[in-house]
Amino acid sequence: MARRLDLALKHAPLRAPAPLFERPRAARGVLDSQTGFMRALGVVAVLFLAVLPFIDASRYTMSIAISALIYVMLCMGLNVVVGYAGLLDLGYIAFFAVGAYVSGIFTTVLGWPMWAALPATVFACILAGIIIGAPTLRLRSDYLAIVTLGFGEIIRITANNLTITGGPSGIHGIPSWDFFGWSFEDGVTVLGLEFPERVVFYYFVAAVVVVVGVIGAGRLARGKLGRAWKAVRDDEDAAEAMGINTYAAKISAYIIGAVWAGLAGQLMATHLSAISPNSFQFLYSALILMAVVLGGMGSTPGVIIGALFVSLAPELLRDFAEWRFLIFGVLLVVVMLFRPAGLWPATAILPWLKRDRPQPPPFTSATAAVPPSVLESPSGAPDADVREGGRG
Amino acid sequence: MMQLIWNGLIVGSFYALVALGYSMVYGIIKLLNFAHGDIYMLGAFVGFFTLSAFGISNETSIPLLLVILLLSMVTTGLIGVGIERVAYRPLRRSPRLAVLITAIGVSFTLEYGVRQIFGPNPEAFPVRLESRGVDLLGMRITASQIVLVVIAAGLMLVLAHIVERTREGRAMRAIALDPQAAQLMGVNVNRVISTVFFIGSSLAGAAGVMAGAYYGSIDFLMGFVIGLKAFTAAVIGGIGNLYGAMLGGVLLGMLESFGSAWFGGEWRDVFAFAFLILFLTFKPTGLLGARVVERM
Repeated sequence: MARRLDLALKHAPLRAPAPLFERPRAARGVLDSQTGFMRALGVVAVLFLAVLPFIDASRYTMSIAISALIYVMLCMGLNVVVGYAGLLDLGYIAFFAVGAYVSGIFTTVLGWPMWAALPATVFACILAGIIIGAPTLRLRSDYLAIVTLGFGEIIRITANNLTITGGPSGIHGIPSWDFFGWSFEDGVTVLGLEFPERVVFYYFVAAVVVVVGVIGAGRLARGKLGRAWKAVRDDEDAAEAMGINTYAAKISAYIIGAVWAGLAGQLMATHLSAISPNSFQFLYSALILMAVVLGGMGSTPGVIIGALFVSLAPELLRDFAEWRFLIFGVLLVVVMLFRPAGLWPATAILPWLKRDRPQPPPFTSATAAVPPSVLESPSGAPDADVREGGRG
Repeated sequence: MMQLIWNGLIVGSFYALVALGYSMVYGIIKLLNFAHGDIYMLGAFVGFFTLSAFGISNETSIPLLLVILLLSMVTTGLIGVGIERVAYRPLRRSPRLAVLITAIGVSFTLEYGVRQIFGPNPEAFPVRLESRGVDLLGMRITASQIVLVVIAAGLMLVLAHIVERTREGRAMRAIALDPQAAQLMGVNVNRVISTVFFIGSSLAGAAGVMAGAYYGSIDFLMGFVIGLKAFTAAVIGGIGNLYGAMLGGVLLGMLESFGSAWFGGEWRDVFAFAFLILFLTFKPTGLLGARVVERM
């Protein structure tokens, strides 16, 4: 008897367990699925970025667009630190300063080309992230906030006092990007379209870096490291108990945030071609934090919206320029009190997708636990498509 | 040498007064009140506003200063209670990050609200203390400095008395140990927390008026750096510990005074913040703080 059972089991086909209830098919259209819609939105945004200089290439528009892009980059970096890993960094602008100053010093004092200063910037930011993160990330989050605030001030005051950073007047004459002897300042004509201004070119560099930065940060957040960050944010002790090296997760979030800010700093140094310690006050750290919180911590579309709001608001509301910091402060409190997840929360579901969530099966009797499909189909093997359902 | 110590003591007494508020609030509800430095700034502006309304300027009388001091303390105390009621109390059960961000929002609101009212430029504080001094033991001491130190020490003594000898102080210590147990024992937790905010804010307001009278000029961002410094002082002494905050304030004042004498005045803030980072790395509980056991 036992032997026959063994044999029967040996030759039995391997089956996946049948699902308890039928789920709707996975939505694949642009409007039917969250992932599809977000991807389409991303493509539209990138297309808009690529087309913008052909619509309006005036110096003013380009300049605003570049600073908006730099804000987006900064906010994506801070989003990794605050939104994903839950570490409040109030001196985030310090890494921006490190990036700007390192690229500025390497290109003006040492005469390197801008692309060659890129690895130096990244390296300096990693170093800065480790120097400030290593001792403080073992502390509780509120200590971390104030230490980073102090660190931001240290960097600014140091830049103000040293001679290599040019003191209070900063560094001037930072060169533009050039590749193998061909500089952006020369300009070029392609297919009859004239690209006269350095600004327009520079815009493309910024756009490419920022698009890569946004996609990179978004994808990091979905990977193993990103899940570790979110676990640490939600409950550090539980995450540690689950085998996550919380210290490593936190410091990696910190370093990635630093590198993002450093790249943004390099973009800004070339964009303005001059930097001074006044650009790195606490005010700007708070503005970036404000953008992240307002948009929605941990939410890529939310953070982009927040960054655009914070960077474009002074341009759109010129009459309110005086009032904007007061308004930002009040907004910060109001958002935290009434909508703590931000304008576009990380867990948001598109409104027209909300109603057709899978319904739980009705439990009217004990037989409902075994779905009819299992009883009827002879194979009992579940449809692969059905199991793949759900939305990303 | 003696001069450096004396200067450090003056600055340190400002730090200590602000640090006390930080430390009390942190001790009782584990909140870093970022807006605390701005309460200090508000204190100075309340004094400025009242004196300007009466058309007083360039006064040097000490009784007038005391009156203004009391008035500012009451006003800033009430403002502190209001801030707690509006911005912090609804978030008491939220994640810590949410409350911290709210505190930054409050700080921003206060700073730029004052900027909208009084303008971005520094204002001259109407009451100045005379700067005639006597030379004693190789240091130059002015009467105004002595007044400031005496006021600061007096306020600290009153505070120590409240916390250690009164019923209200016992309730504070109970809540700091365990808010839920305190509530079960019949302590009105919300009222005691409001009292703590009142006391802490009024001390910061007092420090603001004194700083206005001592330095002679006030501006809307004056609270930012001192907030940071006071936090440093609270950490050095052991956050949550009253005597620690006093000790930390005076110690930080001395350290800064010597640091700027040795490294140059422009590095003074860097020196202070570097100390903060060193302390947090090697002795996060501070000099007098007890080891805190994290409960889950």
